Amino acid sequence: MSTIIIAVTVLLSLAIIFGLILGFSSIKFYVAGNPIVEQIDELLPQTQCGQCGHPGCRPYAESIANGEAINKCPPGGQTTIEALANLLDLEILELDGDHDENPVKTVAYIREDECIGCTKCITACPVDAILGAAKQMHTVIVDECTGCDLCVAPCPVDCIDMLPLPVSINSWKWQAPETTFTKQLIATDKRPVVEHQS
Amino acid sequence: MSDFLLILVSTVLVNNFVLVQFLGLCPFMGVSNKLETAMGMSLATTFVLTISSVCSYLVHQYLLIPFSLGYMKTIAFILVIAVVVQFTEMVVRKTSPMLHKVLGIFLPLITTNCAVLGVALLNIKKANSFMESIVFGFGAAVGFSMALILFSAIRERIAVADVPMPFKGAAIGMVTAGLMSLAFLGFTGLVQI
Repeated sequence: MSTIIIAVTVLLSLAIIFGLILGFSSIKFYVAGNPIVEQIDELLPQTQCGQCGHPGCRPYAESIANGEAINKCPPGGQTTIEALANLLDLEILELDGDHDENPVKTVAYIREDECIGCTKCITACPVDAILGAAKQMHTVIVDECTGCDLCVAPCPVDCIDMLPLPVSINSWKWQAPETTFTKQLIATDKRPVVEHQS
Repeated sequence: MSDFLLILVSTVLVNNFVLVQFLGLCPFMGVSNKLETAMGMSLATTFVLTISSVCSYLVHQYLLIPFSLGYMKTIAFILVIAVVVQFTEMVVRKTSPMLHKVLGIFLPLITTNCAVLGVALLNIKKANSFMESIVFGFGAAVGFSMALILFSAIRERIAVADVPMPFKGAAIGMVTAGLMSLAFLGFTGLVQI
């Protein structure tokens, strides 16, 4: 009998001590967050599904507070969007279902029967991926094509299609790591241009 | 010193917790779809596993043994692990928002990782000393991280490979895990502990 009492007492006191530590530290380490983030977070469904592209609901709430779109939460649906719009005084948007960050890579394809050989797409192509000469049929080098769409508009007979190019084991690459310089494509983007005064 | 090195090699390679002892398979299959999340999970697990193996050792040594309550160790350890995880989450959130962003939602998930409880129980079973417990916990975590990161890197590649229809998704994941486990069994006999 006494062993049971000892066991219960010891574990109970252990639990109480731990409870006190946690209760105390939740006050001591309380983070006074942005109150608007708390309110947004309460409106989100807390499924932590990551379909918005953020690792959980709270990170999404934080980026909404920083101005991201409010329609990226499929589990919340239209009601969540309306509640968020109401809270933030924004316009109600449609649910953005397929906001995938990696759009399918496409490649240009010339329907060769219809090509009249005008060379207009060749001059438009920025990477020289189109082969052909005047009054000869043109064709696209698939490996060189970047899928930029620039050749579609100049074609007078509309014989260029943009076909999806599925990722295969040969064309797959690691994702480039996210850096702060992602948006800076060329070296001169790195610092504001200083005008020389002579 | 060489003892610690032996424990480290033993837990990371020979008795890898995931691939040889089959503990912690849930996060191994669940969070290995993307390399980035796998790395976050690995970091968080390393953190929690090391700290919780220390704490559970202390609780066992200075609370359970004096009251001869060895048979209550499972319940006590679960309590300790849950508290340690909650406490670290609060502290990390306060002291380092950057780290909290990386570890994020993974920290609470680790409470239910059976590798964490497994390490605590194995420490008692092997009668490890205090320092040995720390090294054992850390080695287990490093082994877990290595297996998880390797596996998620393989899975990212498999996701775009031409896998036969019936094997797509979880099935090929299981096959891959099995092959990795076979490969790690090759380390058997490297260290005798």
